[in-house]
Amino acid sequence: MDKATLASALGAPSGFGQSQFALTRGNAFEAKVKADGGAELLRLAHTRLDPGADTPESAAVPDLSAQGPEGRTARTALALREATRAGGWTLLDHPMLALDVAGSLAFLEPDAVVVHPDGSWSVVEIKSFPMLDGSADPAKVGAAARQSAVYVLALEDVAARLDPAPRVRHRVLLVCPEDFSNLPTGSAVDVRKQRAVTARQLARLTRIEEIADALPEGTCFAPDRDSEELTAAVAAVPATYAPECLSTCELAFHCRERARAAGAVTRLGRPLRAELGGLTTVEDVLAAAHGELGDPDDPAVAALRRAAALRAEALQEARNREVAAVCR
Amino acid sequence: MPLIDTLARLEAVGSGRAQPTATVRHRHLSGRPLVFVPLTTAGEAGAPLGALVGTDRDAPRLLVVPQPRDRDLRFTFLAELADVILPYIDSHAADVETAERTETDPETGKRVKVETELCADAPQLIVPSRTGLAFVRLLGRSMRFRRTAEQDPQAPYPAPPRVPLLGRWLTHYGERSRVPGSALLLALTDVLSRHWATGQSGLEDQHLGALLAWLDPPAGTSGAEAAREAELARDPAGQLRCPPAGPATDPAFDNKLLAPAIERYDRARTALAAAEDPLEADDRLAALTRAEREIRELIESQARPTWDAVWRGLDLLRALPAGGHAEERWTRDRWSFTGHRDRVLAGEPPQPRRDDAVTAANKLATREREQARLEAQEALDDPLVMAGRRLAGEAFAGEVTEVVMAYGEGRRPSPRPLVTVRTEDRPHLAERAKVYRSLAGRPQSAQFVERAAEDAIVLRILDKMGRGKEPEPGSVPEKGDRVCFTLFEHEQRGGAKLPDPEETPWTHGGPPGEAVPEAADRITEEDVL
Repeated sequence: MDKATLASALGAPSGFGQSQFALTRGNAFEAKVKADGGAELLRLAHTRLDPGADTPESAAVPDLSAQGPEGRTARTALALREATRAGGWTLLDHPMLALDVAGSLAFLEPDAVVVHPDGSWSVVEIKSFPMLDGSADPAKVGAAARQSAVYVLALEDVAARLDPAPRVRHRVLLVCPEDFSNLPTGSAVDVRKQRAVTARQLARLTRIEEIADALPEGTCFAPDRDSEELTAAVAAVPATYAPECLSTCELAFHCRERARAAGAVTRLGRPLRAELGGLTTVEDVLAAAHGELGDPDDPAVAALRRAAALRAEALQEARNREVAAVCR
Repeated sequence: MPLIDTLARLEAVGSGRAQPTATVRHRHLSGRPLVFVPLTTAGEAGAPLGALVGTDRDAPRLLVVPQPRDRDLRFTFLAELADVILPYIDSHAADVETAERTETDPETGKRVKVETELCADAPQLIVPSRTGLAFVRLLGRSMRFRRTAEQDPQAPYPAPPRVPLLGRWLTHYGERSRVPGSALLLALTDVLSRHWATGQSGLEDQHLGALLAWLDPPAGTSGAEAAREAELARDPAGQLRCPPAGPATDPAFDNKLLAPAIERYDRARTALAAAEDPLEADDRLAALTRAEREIRELIESQARPTWDAVWRGLDLLRALPAGGHAEERWTRDRWSFTGHRDRVLAGEPPQPRRDDAVTAANKLATREREQARLEAQEALDDPLVMAGRRLAGEAFAGEVTEVVMAYGEGRRPSPRPLVTVRTEDRPHLAERAKVYRSLAGRPQSAQFVERAAEDAIVLRILDKMGRGKEPEPGSVPEKGDRVCFTLFEHEQRGGAKLPDPEETPWTHGGPPGEAVPEAADRITEEDVL
C-alpha cells in the first residue's frame, strides 16, 4: 500500500520528500564508490572487515539482472551460492533480498553485498553524509545500522537455505565521503544489537491476516475513495501515535490529528504515559491536577495535584514580585 | 520530562497557548546580538546556499552562493561572511577592563593573583535552531584548516585571507555552545523552550515557526491551529508558507524553484564564457545578472521569514526580567571570549581536529561542573524552577515554627541553633544530610536532625553566624520566617586537577609530543567541494 498517496487522500499529506540536490549527490557518490568493478569498495571491505584475507586483486561481479523482484531474488540467491562455493572476493551490486514481514513478503535492495574468500557474507551500506575526522552524525549512523540490520536478517534467511550455511557477518561496512571531499572512506559498524531488536520486533508483529480479519467487511484503502470513507477505514486499524512517528511514517500527520482530537497525552511524548498512570487524556489529567477528578490516594493523581499546587504557588510568587517591582 | 513540566505542557494544550516554565530569563541576552540564519544545500557537507546575517533587524545582509558546487563562489560567500562577522567580533575585542585571575606561580608553585585583561562585553551569536548550531560548527571545521595564498603560496585553491580566522572563531563558538548555561552562541528554539512549554512534543518544538505560533499566536487562533499552519500550510504553488528555519531547505523549494533557477544561472554563465564579441558579452552578462538576482530573491524568500521570527523570539525573551545569576555566567563567557582572543593574538595554531586526552578530559569536567552550577543557579533564581526541585524531593520550603538556641560541643561554644521548619514538601533527607539555603546570596548550611512530625523538619544551622557566642543578627531564621532549603549545593567545587598535557599517563596515550601543525584537508580535483 502506498501510504504517501493515502495520506494525501486523507487530507494530511506527508512532509517527506527528497531534494534533487541530495539525490544527485548520493547517486554520484555511489557510482564513484562502485567504479572500476568496485575496486575501491573491496579495498575498504578488505581493510575494515577482513584484513586477514587475501587482498582483493580481482573480484567477481556477477550480473544480477532478472525479471521482476522474485526473479531478482532468486538470481541473487543463486549468485550468493556460486560465489560462496567459488571462494575469493565477490561483489554483488544491488542484489535483491526478500524478508517475511508479518506474513507478507517485502523485497529489499541493499547497496551491495560482499562475499569474502572464507565464504562469509557482509552487507555494505553507502551513504552520502560525511564522516568528519573519523566520526559521523550518530543519528544518521544509527539509522544506517538499523537499515543494515534488516538486510543482515534477510541474508541470514538466504544463508539458512544453503548447506553448509555460510556465515553472515554482523559487522557491516558503512561507506561515507571523507571530510568535505568526495573520496570514500569506510567504517565497520557492529549491528548485532539492531539485528536482535529488529528480529524481536519482526517476531512480535501482529500478522497481517489477523489485522485484516479484525477489520469490518468491505474496508478499502483505495485512495480514490472519498476522504470520509477513507478516514473510517484507517480508523478501523488500531494505531498509537507518538511524536517519533513524525520522522518515519507517512500517515503521521493524520494520526497526530486524530490523537489531538481524542486528547491523547502520548501526542506529547511516549514517556508521559508511564508518568501519568491511568490518565490517558489531556482533559482527565488537567481535571485530576485541579482536584476535580481522580482518587487522591492514587500516587499519579497525588503527584499531579502537588505539582499543580507548587506551580500555582511559584507563579503567584513571581507575579507578586513583578507587582512589587512596578510599585517601587 | 519532569512532572511539573509535563503539567505545563498539558496546560498549554488545554489553554491553547504556551505556558511559562520559568519566571525569569536564564540566559544573558546581548544588547546587540548578531543573528545568523544560514541555509545549506541538501546532500552536501558544508556547501552553504546563502545566509542572512547582521545586527540590525531591519537591514540584514543577504549573502548568496548562486551555484553551491562552485568552489570560487563559495569562497566569495565565506569571505563576505568574514567581512560581516569578524568586524563585529573585533569591535568587542578592543574594549577591555582589568580583572584579576589566580594563577599558579611557576617558580614558587603558589597561587597568586595576576592582573589581566577581560573584555567588557562579548559578541553574541544567535542561530534559529539546534541544527543551526551544528552548522556553525561544521562551517568552522571546514574553514579553520584552509590555507591562504599568504600562508602557503603553493596551496591549490587558496582561501581568501580572513576565512581561516573566521573558521577558528566559529569553532570556538561552536565548542562553547556545548557548555551548559553559556550564551556566546545560542539556538533560539532551545532558549525559548527553556522558558515556555508548548502543547506539542519537544521534537516539534524544534520548528521555530511552530514554537512561536504557540508562544504568540495570531489574534483569534489557538496555538495548536497556528502551529499546524506554520508547519504545513502551503501556497497554491505547493511551497510552504512558513519556510523551515534551516539550514536545510524544503525539498519542494529545492526541486520546483531553486534547481531550475540554478540551471538557468549555469546556462547563462556558459553562454557568457562562449561569447565572441563585446556586444554579445554585454547582453549575456545582463542575462547572468538577471539569473543571479533571481536566485538571490529565492534565497531571501526562504531566509527572511526565519530572520523576522528570530527577532520576534528575542523580543519575547527580552520581556522577561533577567535571572540573578545569568550575568555571572555571562562573565564566564566573557572570559572564554577573551581567552580565545588572546590565543589568536599570540599566533597559536587552529584548534586541532581531535583534542588530546587532557584537553578532552578538561572539557568534559567543565561541562559537568557547569551543568551542576546551572541547575543550582536556575533553581535559586526562579521560584518556578525551585518548585520543580521541591516536587522532586531535592528542596523544601516552609515556615519556621520554632527556634531553639543550642551550642556546639567544641572547646569554644559556638552557636548551633535548632530550627524547626513546617513544610508540605517531601524531601528525600538521609540521616544527617546537609541542606543549604541562600543567605544574602551566600549559601548557609544546616544539618538534618530529625522529623519532629510528618510535616516538621528539625535542622541544625552550622555556619555563617559570625565568630561570636551570639549569632549575628539576621543570620538565624526567626519564628514565622519563610525559608527554602535545598539538598543540592549552591556552588560547585572544581574536581581534582588534571596533569599538564606533557604529563599525560600512558593509559591515556602518553604525552602528545611536539605539536605538529594540522594539515589542510585533502582537495580533490574532480569534485568541486
